[in-house]
Amino acid sequence: MALRRFRADLHIHTCLSPCGELSMYPRAVVERARAAGLDIIAVTDHNSTENAAAVGEAAAGTGLAVLPGLELATEEEAHILGLFDEGTDLGPLLAAVYAKLPDIPSKRSFIEDQVIVDAEDGVTGFNPHCLIGATTLTVYEAVDLIHGHGGLAVASHVDREAFSVISQLGFIPPDLRLDAVEVSPLLSYDEARAALGAQTPLPLLRFSDAHRPEEIGRATMVFLLAGPSLEEIRKALAGRDGREVRPS
Amino acid sequence: MKLSDLAARLDLKVYAAGAGLGREVGGGYAGDLLSDVMAHGRKDDLWLTIQVHPNIVAVAVLKDLAAIVLANGRVPAAETVERAEKERIPILGSAASTYELAGRLHGLGIKGS
Repeated sequence: MALRRFRADLHIHTCLSPCGELSMYPRAVVERARAAGLDIIAVTDHNSTENAAAVGEAAAGTGLAVLPGLELATEEEAHILGLFDEGTDLGPLLAAVYAKLPDIPSKRSFIEDQVIVDAEDGVTGFNPHCLIGATTLTVYEAVDLIHGHGGLAVASHVDREAFSVISQLGFIPPDLRLDAVEVSPLLSYDEARAALGAQTPLPLLRFSDAHRPEEIGRATMVFLLAGPSLEEIRKALAGRDGREVRPS
Repeated sequence: MKLSDLAARLDLKVYAAGAGLGREVGGGYAGDLLSDVMAHGRKDDLWLTIQVHPNIVAVAVLKDLAAIVLANGRVPAAETVERAEKERIPILGSAASTYELAGRLHGLGIKGS
């Protein structure tokens, strides 16, 4: 099977994330991703996947593949990305996550920062959960939950001074069954490899963690795949069947 | 002051490695970012935290801390207790907050840097 290069940014927030700009609507995300030359993106809002399908729909026919995902905050306040295949039923996963979020009555102004939209950028609702909070899932439970839905688990921005597996837990627990670790755009790929290469045998990825449209694509990886699916990405992370991932 | 004296004075519950309570405590540190504790914790410190992940034991070993005290009634994960027993790192606990515990410890002469 012919393999080709796919440029990917697999850590992008939308207007559903309270810290994401409200301008992160599906069409804006898709437009900016295409302008940045991306072939695959993942929509990874904090503790929710509810805007991912709308971004996928907005990208239909553009050649941009959109994977649904989320950025789970664990009990230790470490962030872990869950990346899933298009079409995965994420209802059970969402229910499990929402049940583990703190039951803090949110102010109306707070909820209005958690905008659920359709593919035409129309506002369809507001998420009432405390998405900025941390779940009571341990890092192990979070990884198991992601794997249980066929997803890939990636430790977010492990170079950051807070909210990373390393900042919260000192080092990456060797028995944590992650599929990869991500660094933020604050480090170049070479700097990241120098800083972390000895600490973990896991593949090192670097994505944008975009909260604003102009940040989309500021850090990307190039995958050598047969197609833009999660299974192909899984193979690339494992270095199987000729699939590869490299810094761009 | 010895760990056993502090445990009695603060009414701390012992979760792991109770055999190691004869150790002398040199000072104190409080923090939930393990990376920060790795940077600033000192040998013989009593460490106050609400983290219960097994990695807390590794950090205590690395920095040669006297013991770990879990605040807010936090209970260590089973694997954390197992590792603490193996590494002989006492894990104690209290229903009091980190702030309250630090205040009481300071009053007993256990100082920070």
